[in-house]
Amino acid sequence: MSAALSFEQAPPLSVPFRFFLTAPLFGIAAGVLFALEGDAVLESRWSLQAFAVVHLLTVGFMLQVMVGALLQFLPVAAGANVWRPRLLANLVHPALTLGAVALVAGFLGAGAWTMQVAAVLLGAGVLLFGAAASVGLWRSPAIGPTLRVLQLAVAGLLVATGLGVTLASGFGWRLAVPFVLLQQLHLAWGLLGWALMLVVGVAYLVVPMFQLTPPYALRPSRALPAALLASLSCWTLGALADVAWLAWWATVLGAAGTVGFAAYTLRLQARRKRKVTDTTLRAWRVGMACLLLAVPVSVLARLGWPASLLPRVEYLLGVTVLAGAFPAVIAGMLYKIVPFIEWMHLQRVMTLPPTMQKVIPDARARWQWRLFVASLVLLAGAAAWAPLAVPGGLLFAAACALLEWHLLRAVQLYRSLTPR
Amino acid sequence: MTALSELFAAHHATCDLAFADAEVAGVEARWTEATTTLGRFDALMKTHFASEEETLFPAFEKATGMTQGPTQMMRLEHEQMRALLGRLGTAVTTQDPDEFAGAAETLLVLMQQHNLKEERMLYPMCDRAVGGDAGVVAAVTAQLAS
Repeated sequence: MSAALSFEQAPPLSVPFRFFLTAPLFGIAAGVLFALEGDAVLESRWSLQAFAVVHLLTVGFMLQVMVGALLQFLPVAAGANVWRPRLLANLVHPALTLGAVALVAGFLGAGAWTMQVAAVLLGAGVLLFGAAASVGLWRSPAIGPTLRVLQLAVAGLLVATGLGVTLASGFGWRLAVPFVLLQQLHLAWGLLGWALMLVVGVAYLVVPMFQLTPPYALRPSRALPAALLASLSCWTLGALADVAWLAWWATVLGAAGTVGFAAYTLRLQARRKRKVTDTTLRAWRVGMACLLLAVPVSVLARLGWPASLLPRVEYLLGVTVLAGAFPAVIAGMLYKIVPFIEWMHLQRVMTLPPTMQKVIPDARARWQWRLFVASLVLLAGAAAWAPLAVPGGLLFAAACALLEWHLLRAVQLYRSLTPR
Repeated sequence: MTALSELFAAHHATCDLAFADAEVAGVEARWTEATTTLGRFDALMKTHFASEEETLFPAFEKATGMTQGPTQMMRLEHEQMRALLGRLGTAVTTQDPDEFAGAAETLLVLMQQHNLKEERMLYPMCDRAVGGDAGVVAAVTAQLAS
């Protein structure tokens, strides 16, 4: 216990920052690739170009930040120490980075061997991270529902990655795996079981913290992850046993959980006691609005109606979730946690360390948010009018580039203030 | 007898409200109001630190024998918060809204993650170790009310 609360257990700055600095580069690549290959992506989510864009966003952008943030977060928020964080980061970061590059190269036709490389690197990287995080979470002395949700999220990541590695191996070694079935499960476990579950767990902690909102009440905060888990169970059983009504229950439970979470979060934020509105709050609101929007779109996609527009409906779902909800929340979080981590490290070596606003001023972050929202509008518009894909993709890339620039300047400031 | 964890968590909420009033006044450069609201927030924070450092932590350390563990860490964070409170005071004196906003935001995040660790880990441990000690509960009740 004594070790669990010691800040010396918070990892060195380089541990989370390497993940944070890598992530936006994948976001830039996703935006540019979409601008180039928008027609193929809009035509079908089953196109290889769509797979490439989706995985640049999920494995490249989202996974990097989420892993980096958890390595920082677990000791502080859950009292869950991670064993030898620097060594872990030295192994996991290159595995995830090169694995994501190989995976995308594989989708874009670089050859079966790149899929083999991706399967091995991503499988090993996630397994290593998942094992280290699980040990820390399992031994945590903390109380409250957050811990259970974070445990579920890490389990969701392991399942999603296991399925993804099987799919990549199918491509890489030309194995006869049931692609459609595995892909359906992979997508559900990745988005609901890992990404949304993690956002839920993180929201329980940071929404009240950063905006001084009332806390998430105990009963809904237990019901939400339960609904997501029940949805995933129904979806998995329904897909394996080919039972349609189970898959419908999965849709209903998943939709209820998502709407419940997003609406509840927005309601709490409306009741916040903090009177200063910052970019992080705006970003969370955009993220939650995207989640709310995703639910009716996903129901339309499940209904397959209207049939002629199905690819566009599925594309729109992708925009709301993968370009909208998760990147919004991620950027909002980075603009808070990067300056705070930097202040935390600097206050040990100097008496008047630059405050968070000096590391990244909110006015600067606001510009990133504006670009990001503009890109979302164009990307969503591309569902109706395809030529918008080009400016939409490029603007998304620009928003990610601005995020990267802000993070680089933060690192530059840190370097200028610390003895080498 | 009220649980120690409830007493201290309730006082955290009181401090949060006082912070929100002081923050918006300083960020919007309403300096007369900022002087008053910051004064109240500063006093509440120092009361809170004192009741922990003078009563709760020593009682916990005596009961458990843990003197270098979580309580030491919490004391260190109290020092960091005192430094930021000092910067807020200076920002009001020099009427510098940017410095005020930066110090306030940093203090908010530091304070919240500190409270989280106390409310989810340390206070429950204190309840178990010294929660039955009527003397300790009476002493912190009086201190926090002052």
